[in-house]
Amino acid sequence: MSKKVLARLQKRFADKILAVDSFRGDDEALVSPSDWLEIALFLRDDPECAMNHFIDLTAADYPEREPELPRLDVILFVRSLGKNQRVRLKTRVPAGAELESLTPVWLGANWTERECYDMFGVRFRNHPDLRRILLYEEFVGYPLLKDYPINKTQPLIPYREVGPSKLAPFGPDEGNPFGRIDWLARMSGRNLQVSPAIAVQQGQRPALSVDEEDLAPPASPELKP
Amino acid sequence: MEPIQEYEDETSLELPAEPMRLNMGPSHPAMHGTIKMTLDLDGEVVKTVDIMPGYLHRGFEKSCERGTWTQCYPYVDRLNYVSPMLNNVGFSLAVEKLLDIEVPERCKIYRVILGELSRITDHLTCNGAMAMELGAFTPFLWCIKVRDWIWDILEQETGARMTHSFGRIGGMAKPPTPRLKQSVIDILPQIDKVLGEVQVTLIRNRIFLDRLQGVGILPKDKALSLGVTGPMLRACGVDYDVRKANPYSGYDTYDFEIPIGHDGDTFDRFMVRMEEVRQSCRIIEQAIERLPDEGPINVDDPRIILPSKDEVYTTIEGTIAHFKLVMEGVKPPPGAVYSYTEGGNGELGFYIVSDGSGTPYRVRCRPPCFINLKGAEDMIRGDMIADIVPTFGSVNMIGGECDR
Repeated sequence: MSKKVLARLQKRFADKILAVDSFRGDDEALVSPSDWLEIALFLRDDPECAMNHFIDLTAADYPEREPELPRLDVILFVRSLGKNQRVRLKTRVPAGAELESLTPVWLGANWTERECYDMFGVRFRNHPDLRRILLYEEFVGYPLLKDYPINKTQPLIPYREVGPSKLAPFGPDEGNPFGRIDWLARMSGRNLQVSPAIAVQQGQRPALSVDEEDLAPPASPELKP
Repeated sequence: MEPIQEYEDETSLELPAEPMRLNMGPSHPAMHGTIKMTLDLDGEVVKTVDIMPGYLHRGFEKSCERGTWTQCYPYVDRLNYVSPMLNNVGFSLAVEKLLDIEVPERCKIYRVILGELSRITDHLTCNGAMAMELGAFTPFLWCIKVRDWIWDILEQETGARMTHSFGRIGGMAKPPTPRLKQSVIDILPQIDKVLGEVQVTLIRNRIFLDRLQGVGILPKDKALSLGVTGPMLRACGVDYDVRKANPYSGYDTYDFEIPIGHDGDTFDRFMVRMEEVRQSCRIIEQAIERLPDEGPINVDDPRIILPSKDEVYTTIEGTIAHFKLVMEGVKPPPGAVYSYTEGGNGELGFYIVSDGSGTPYRVRCRPPCFINLKGAEDMIRGDMIADIVPTFGSVNMIGGECDR
């Protein structure tokens, strides 16, 4: 339905739309961070797009991309009330990078950008009030980055020593051992867990290029009749 | 004893010209949940307001990245804990969209029934609590009475009153019990009766009307730009409901209407919620008639749904399927989807990314009341400090969903 929007964007911006995707009916356009604000404004003001209803803005971390590809995806979701069409706008920025704020375009971007800064450390330029929103100011690091350890705690007020019976907030055996990924180990190259699927999808290299020789079965002496 | 003569002549005192800074919350009897507001007051008028959520942040999105997709359900339950079934259904639909599967018809109807029952509890809790904060305690008790009847049904179906964890990827945990139809048919007229009583008590009450009408107005354009959804947006006069605009679970086949408000004030939000309860009852009535007594409730795919216990104990295929699902989980294909449903407070969206393994790569919940709460800042500004209580009550901030 909203393929029209993607076609419109491609017609208007041509090369500035780096890629489009319609996986499972969700239309998505990838743009460069420098065109972020311009294309967002066009989406809102163009009568054929008319994306006047802000939905969401978030990010996702892909630390294992090729070094020349930035690590974070910032994703904007908007919809048009009159035309009942939706589009996702995506851009890629390095960790800790600056991106133009969309607060002048949609007021709703204010808090979602603050949350994005809080969780991923993306700094939004010209944001009226960029500070942490869900976490406290004293918090160190950005918890939704993959290299932030999942069981790390940062209590604002230190835990009281109650005695030997006090348990750590997370036990080492929680969660699913098969699916769990030790991101710190993986990103420093110490872990051999490979997830080639995400590499194909996101244009990344496989987590760690395991030599194919290692995976091939050992050459067995030929059997002679 | 000499008389005290030292007090100043009051006419010479200057009224303070500086605005007064007042911290409201995070633990305040009139605030739903723990949330803090910093207000700058000029007399009793709120000049600036800064809402600070986050006291209930527990890392929902990060926690989801540590288990399997099915292990997210208990976390999802605790997002909007007043209507957990709607979250369960929303998350199931998101993963099903990623898997590109569709559940059987019977499951869809069952999800509609349980979801609409949850919506009734959500709206009644919000309206009842708002009335209570304005001093009308009796309607609150009536609303909670209805909520309790519904929770009895949900307990009979799922085994838990609040955090059901009843949804599953590709179906539901259990088929409907044989008593479901009768118990729902029994309470529907009762709900309508209580609703009438609540409405008569409240909306003919001068004090209640004066406290709500013309208070906390949110203009339509601003609401859209803020991303407000749900009853708050419909009170502004926008007929956007995901169930009508982008139907899921067969909502397009039910006959119901979307109530919309006119001014976008607190009274409109109250009335929209009241009317939505009636419409939910209508949907449930139709769904109960359609619900088949027999038929599959889950998709027929051993990679997604756990096999029955007889199969697990008697066949090797069943044992393997069980082991694979419990240890590795459902494995959606790599990709990212955004799936959205109509939650209690508005559009509840899940943006999920899979890397092809059994563990979610990223689960983003679009929390309706977090985004609506930004709109509350605009509604409160310029009103009196006493108006914060009904305005904030009508936003229906649920800490679990707002702070995640």
